[in-house]
Amino acid sequence: MTVRFTLNGVPVSIESSGSRRLLDVLREDLGKTGTKEGCGEGECGACSVLIDGDVVDSCLVAVGQVEGRNVLTVEGLAAPNGELSRLQQAFIEYGAAQCGICTPGMLLAAHVLLQRTTRPSVDSVREGLAGNLCRCTGYTKIIEAVLSCVT
Amino acid sequence: MAGRARYTDDFAVPGAWYGKTVRSTIPRGTIRSITLDPAAFDWSRVVVVTADDIPGENVVQLIRDDQPALAHREIRHREEPILLLAAADRATLDQAACHVQIVYDPAEPVLDLERATETYSTIEIRKGKVLDEVEDLKNLEVVERTFRVGLQEQLYIEPQGAIAIPEANGAIRIIGSLQCPYYVHRALKRALKLTDEQAIVVQAETGGGFGGKEEYPSIVAIHAALLARKAGRPVRLIYDRHEDLAASTKRHPGVITHRTAVRPDGSLVAQDIEIELDGGAYCTLTPVVLSRAAIHAAGPYSSPNVRIRARAVATNTPPNGAFRGFGAPQSLFAAELMVEHVAERLGMSSVDLRRKWMLRVGDTTATGQKLTESVGSELVLDAALKAASTVQPSTRPTVRRGRGLSLVFHGSGFTGSGEKKLQGTIALEALVDGTFRILTASTEIGQGTKTIFCQLAADALGVGLDKVILAPQDTSLVPDSGPTVASRTAMIVGRLVQDAASEIKDRLRREPPPLRVEKTYIQPDSIHWDETTYRGDAYPVYAWACTIADVDVDTTTGEVRVTDLVTAVDCGKALHPVMAEGQIEGGSLQAVGWATIEEIKMKEGGYQNDRLATYLIPTALDAPRIRTILVENPYSRGPFGAKGIGELPMDGPAPAIIAAIHDATGVWLDEIPATPEKVLAALNGTRDTGDGKRS
Repeated sequence: MTVRFTLNGVPVSIESSGSRRLLDVLREDLGKTGTKEGCGEGECGACSVLIDGDVVDSCLVAVGQVEGRNVLTVEGLAAPNGELSRLQQAFIEYGAAQCGICTPGMLLAAHVLLQRTTRPSVDSVREGLAGNLCRCTGYTKIIEAVLSCVT
Repeated sequence: MAGRARYTDDFAVPGAWYGKTVRSTIPRGTIRSITLDPAAFDWSRVVVVTADDIPGENVVQLIRDDQPALAHREIRHREEPILLLAAADRATLDQAACHVQIVYDPAEPVLDLERATETYSTIEIRKGKVLDEVEDLKNLEVVERTFRVGLQEQLYIEPQGAIAIPEANGAIRIIGSLQCPYYVHRALKRALKLTDEQAIVVQAETGGGFGGKEEYPSIVAIHAALLARKAGRPVRLIYDRHEDLAASTKRHPGVITHRTAVRPDGSLVAQDIEIELDGGAYCTLTPVVLSRAAIHAAGPYSSPNVRIRARAVATNTPPNGAFRGFGAPQSLFAAELMVEHVAERLGMSSVDLRRKWMLRVGDTTATGQKLTESVGSELVLDAALKAASTVQPSTRPTVRRGRGLSLVFHGSGFTGSGEKKLQGTIALEALVDGTFRILTASTEIGQGTKTIFCQLAADALGVGLDKVILAPQDTSLVPDSGPTVASRTAMIVGRLVQDAASEIKDRLRREPPPLRVEKTYIQPDSIHWDETTYRGDAYPVYAWACTIADVDVDTTTGEVRVTDLVTAVDCGKALHPVMAEGQIEGGSLQAVGWATIEEIKMKEGGYQNDRLATYLIPTALDAPRIRTILVENPYSRGPFGAKGIGELPMDGPAPAIIAAIHDATGVWLDEIPATPEKVLAALNGTRDTGDGKRS
């Protein structure tokens, strides 16, 4: 079937079985390998993407489900000219990324958190990132980076 | 940061097939037959590799040659690789795997360490007299206690994986998620019968290692290469999480018994320690893990009389292997809790006891190593105590709050003569365009190798960071600077980078670029180590840490929550303070997980909870607030005084947490993880015996 959706602000149309995982379509058909597979069962958050602004594990979504919807991956977080967002810069500055494999998902979860909460507390940041596992940082530097973006 | 970094599975390789490993379903026995029924499946659609297809030796090169790349007849553990498949698409591959019929003749497995009969290695360390032979024993207090530690999964977020690409002249290129390119290189050469040039190993961006990508990637790479060779095309062998959890190496579980003799004033007279580690079904790196466990077993303390007897045994569980800390977290867990038990027996504060016992400059360790510099024991203890605020009681009626402390040390770099044997080599090139290129096989796995090496070189050269690049970790380009393990990268290899940069800067005054300088590690003459007696300088230097953990224990559910963790670390010199803190915070949380929630349950020789839904690691919500205090106490041979600290943070939190649970509830656990079941059983046990008073 043909599936049409918006990916990082650009309309895309792909031919695929509707039951394929969105994760695989993004990585294999559309070259968006910034979205990672960590567990394939919705536990780790490495494959997080935003669908209409909600954080979703793309390993649990069939591509047919995103017909007509807005999908944002980590590749869509920077400005079109490549300039990193404030959050991405904060991740670098605060040492919030070590091995980097959880970073795309973590950035998207943090992005939504900052959009939805004007003054998040430490606890609400922890809660907002609880679906995204990181094994390198102990989360401390990630939380600091997110809080640094609160104006 | 923008999603551009390429990890193994991100490489699009035209024409590549997908690979899969078919594994044993029994823990012990022999393979009676492998049948590929032509009536059930069209086998021409797949490539099949068995042990008979291995062109070289059927062995995974490491310490002993006991582990086959593919089981030939004998099965020694569940999930042992038997047969490999490759197909153009995943659906075909999965169908084929369903139709492989393997018939076994099962044998009775050995699943408990206590019932093991085969030994991988033993170590005995002696200093002074054996406890039972010390004078005046009847006037001493002797405290005895046994501790148990469980399996732990590294749980790097990127699973194991490799892509094998056949190239001209019989060469095979591996792109993989790995820590040690030359381990894989040696393993490939042997199993695939390749020359140095034909085996090419390239590290992709690697999504975490923690030791889990030290030796295991050799197996993945051999398998991918065997499939690619037979298929005549590239093959991707990427594990899913379930397979990774079920089949890859874990931290060694173990049983450790201490007997400690002290005078009534607390003076330490003798330690007698026994360590047993379960190596699992193949040797892997077990003897080296046991060695580090034994050398750290007395803790950071000065005792005139020490005996440490350590043994690693074989069982029919999947092989255990490298994991951050490499045996030291296991033995230091016991050593630190022993201080608590002795203090309790004597009615002393355990902090005062540590001050009395701790190693200082001029003291000798259990192996007889005289510590001459950079001994941060007292500095870190004072710094952590100063930073910790007072404990406020919990406001929730069923929750009790407590605090515990630990003091640990961790040898930086390889044990004993390891560095001497290895002779790690790096190269630095000054290029005609005014830039510099560092060539090492040391890998970036999130711990900051790239940044630290470039920074060390740039500082020594007196140029901007933008003038220095790191060559890819590709065995066809870079010399063997040794594996990225043992907290050795910044301290040992970093120093070589720094020395090469100084030399090239000097030469550039007289000669024009291009220039190339190679540096090989030379062990200082002052370091002596006798491998047969385990006497001498076990490590070039030690890093030190004091950890204070606060916990909440829910007495109705048994749940333990670590609320606050302060850790003061003597790192020699922090080359990059943010990255050093990041290492310490991440390692500390990994240790919190090991101590509290990370439990692997065994079932018929396999892991029962081999999925991420059932093997839990700490989330952002579970993680305590972690505060790091970097204490600088330079080491004369480290770059700018730095010591290796990558593994140290794994050592301290577990005993501090168990001490904190005791402080909160009055009960001692002798085993981790401190799961709700164990905490409740302990709480009930003491209630039954009536000594569950809060201490």
